[in-house]
Amino acid sequence: MTTHDLDLDLTPPVAVAAAAAAAAAAAPTAPTAEPPEATVTPARSAPPAISVDALSIGYSSGGRIVPTVIEASFEVPTGSTTALVGESGSGKTTIASAISGLLADNARWLTGGVHLLGQDVSRLGERGWQAVRGSILGYVPQDPLGSLDPLQTVGGHVAESVRQARDVPEREARRIARKLLETVHIADAGRKLAAYPHELSGGQLQRVLIAGALAGTPSVLIADEPTSALDVTVQKRVLDLLEELREELSLSVLLITHDLSLAAERSDRVVVLQHGRVVEQGASAQVAASPSAPYTLQLFRDVPALTPQKYAAAQTALQNRRESAETGPAVQVTALSKSFDGAHRVLEDVDVTVRRGEIHALVGESGSGKTTLARIIAGLTAFDAGTVEVAGTPRPRTPAIVNPDPSALQLVYQNPLAALDPRRRVVDLVAEPLRIGGTARAQARSRAQELLRQVGISEEAAARHIGRLSGGQRQRVAIARALILSPSTLVLDEPTSALDVTVQARIIDLLFALRTEEPALTMVFISHDLSLVRQISDSMTVLQRGRVVDQGPAEEVFAAPTSAYTRELIEAIPQAPGVRE
Amino acid sequence: MMSILTPTAPPTRRPPPRTTRGPVSRARSSRARSSRGPTSLGIVDIAAMLLLALLVIAVLTPSLLAPGDPLGTATVQALDGPSLTHWLGTDYLGRDLYTRIVHGARTSLSASAVAVAVGLAGGLALGIVSGYLGGWVDAVVSRLIDVLLSVPGLLLSMVIIVALGFGAINAAIAVGISSIASFARVTRAEVLTVRTSSYVEAAQHQGSSRWRTLIHHILPNAVGPVASLIPLQFGGSIVWISSLSFLGFGAVPPHPEWGLLVAEGRQYLLSAPWLLLAPGAVIVITVLAASHLQGVLGRIRRTTA
Repeated sequence: MTTHDLDLDLTPPVAVAAAAAAAAAAAPTAPTAEPPEATVTPARSAPPAISVDALSIGYSSGGRIVPTVIEASFEVPTGSTTALVGESGSGKTTIASAISGLLADNARWLTGGVHLLGQDVSRLGERGWQAVRGSILGYVPQDPLGSLDPLQTVGGHVAESVRQARDVPEREARRIARKLLETVHIADAGRKLAAYPHELSGGQLQRVLIAGALAGTPSVLIADEPTSALDVTVQKRVLDLLEELREELSLSVLLITHDLSLAAERSDRVVVLQHGRVVEQGASAQVAASPSAPYTLQLFRDVPALTPQKYAAAQTALQNRRESAETGPAVQVTALSKSFDGAHRVLEDVDVTVRRGEIHALVGESGSGKTTLARIIAGLTAFDAGTVEVAGTPRPRTPAIVNPDPSALQLVYQNPLAALDPRRRVVDLVAEPLRIGGTARAQARSRAQELLRQVGISEEAAARHIGRLSGGQRQRVAIARALILSPSTLVLDEPTSALDVTVQARIIDLLFALRTEEPALTMVFISHDLSLVRQISDSMTVLQRGRVVDQGPAEEVFAAPTSAYTRELIEAIPQAPGVRE
Repeated sequence: MMSILTPTAPPTRRPPPRTTRGPVSRARSSRARSSRGPTSLGIVDIAAMLLLALLVIAVLTPSLLAPGDPLGTATVQALDGPSLTHWLGTDYLGRDLYTRIVHGARTSLSASAVAVAVGLAGGLALGIVSGYLGGWVDAVVSRLIDVLLSVPGLLLSMVIIVALGFGAINAAIAVGISSIASFARVTRAEVLTVRTSSYVEAAQHQGSSRWRTLIHHILPNAVGPVASLIPLQFGGSIVWISSLSFLGFGAVPPHPEWGLLVAEGRQYLLSAPWLLLAPGAVIVITVLAASHLQGVLGRIRRTTA
């Protein structure tokens, strides 16, 4: 697929050119032979692709207007990738919605304006937006599966976007859809046109969404956390694709992310948002090398990829204390195999040894069997062959429904909201394991209250229900609940995968604080994020399709990975230019 | 409600929750906004609640609303039309119809309450047993429920009354047994959902016994939808019990009961239509109010869940 073909196919018919006057000037109406570079050089003195000027937006709630974006000003220069970085609640999605005309009904535009390629879009009505969306602006949403109609084929989805953007017959739209799928490198695009969303992987779905956003040959692309739901290696490939498309189609990209290392690596400029205000902006390399705002510095420190040595001192100290009093392994898995329905093998001949007091990481992508392994270790899932010993006690092949020894090992679930009873108060949730053991209510509550304070949950928050807490708070509650029986081993199943880097950093800080207090506490940490694993783990096991492909002390695996798969995972860790601690 | 949708709502009171992630979630959130807020009640809601409050008074102290004697006959004024002294007219023995309706509420409504209680108790027990234990117990109980559902409720009630003997309370028990199936169905479905949830597994991972898990986690989370079925079943029971009385299976004259009043009024359909229309209208309005209340309760439950 060459650029030339693409231009041929994606040239919009004349009817669309009438959509918006300014759009027509900038949109690629170029004839077939013209190279795509011509489209980025508009007739007038090039206005920026996106220009946000003193933008303030609030949300009305209960009769008041709560400002969410305050006087934000920045530009996305034509042909560049600009990253908008901030934690959840910083207003980055609100800004993206304002730029794409998708603000919620209760949002109030307070001041300021937004220009797309020099055209003022801040007072545009729904009809005006329809002309702009697709043909000037493409939007790639965050959640691939949730954004696609499960009853429509992906070909139908892209073709619909094509027909919405320009007036072409059905057959022509499907032909263009196929070309678009080829553009985003979906293998076997002809057959994939007829596939339904559930038949494709997350990475492929994200490519479909990108294809849909490109349907109207936009010159500006907004990507709202396009990769936060994807595995690291897939994430890398999708970002590579965006970069390639930007060059090939001369796009200007606004990349929204909470991951500063990703932003620094993948964009020309970064804009850092905090509490709705722009606290820093500039060229990526410059911001990475010398961040001026304290908040930016904090963000950099919280990214595990950029601070691999953060816990090195604590680890060494713990190791020294451990070596004096070493006994048998905390968890010993030997020749473990497990298949579902007798056919699909999930785990094959897996050996894992976790020594007392260390953090052992189980690494792999979705489908690698790491969660199944964790559940077997926790005694929640049956297995077919092999042995699993926790603190010297073998696990039965078919686990008992009720855990006979909850104080030996505790599992912290990936999604605390699902794993905690929504109808009970936080303090009672944490006190529950003690109550099961027969402790009096008052005593159990005061112990729970004490532990909650230790993990940073206030008394006021402890009186609430779990649904009323933030994501970080929920995971703290889950950790407190797992710790109240003082188990000797903690199995953590991707405890931070749904959290922002800042919140993640606080949770990891908490885990290390707990280890310092209780050096005998062993942790099995499941993760797909190798940068985090490098930062915290003592030893690790890399799983691929149910088999162990790499194992050993963490620093050895990182220094000399034996499998190509591990090497690929390590290479996917973002490398920001010129960042030091 | 929407704060639940935002997984990482900031701890401070800064920005309100937003869900502008993609076209799908946007459409959903704007639909949620267009419906009225959780606490605002419309005029129909309030009217339904007022009516049900009046009925409760009629059950507890009927003489507060109708001081007369429901059994006091006065043949001089038999079959008088509605007037200021007799708001809804009089029957063939000259008894005040309004007084009889108010006093009849006690029989009709308490019988319905008994019916719902029987249905709820039986349905909860069956639903929990089959949903929680699963396996062959579930298979047996589910088929039993299918059998109960396949027989028309009124017919089943009549069969049971014939076995138990005639009377208002027996009619109530019969109607209750007939409604066990629908309670059991809903309970079983809810228990199945809750039983497979992560937090139940997590509780057992903490060493919570099956019995304790059932009482502390499964029941509280499963009972909500079952509870909102109560008003609907209550309305249905009123109709059924009245029907049974109308057919002569339920309450015995001369005590006033709504279905009985309709049966008595039927004979004077042309000469004194109010005898049929008034108690009939009361039954209809009460059932409508009860089922409307179910909708209100469901709404409140959804918004506070």
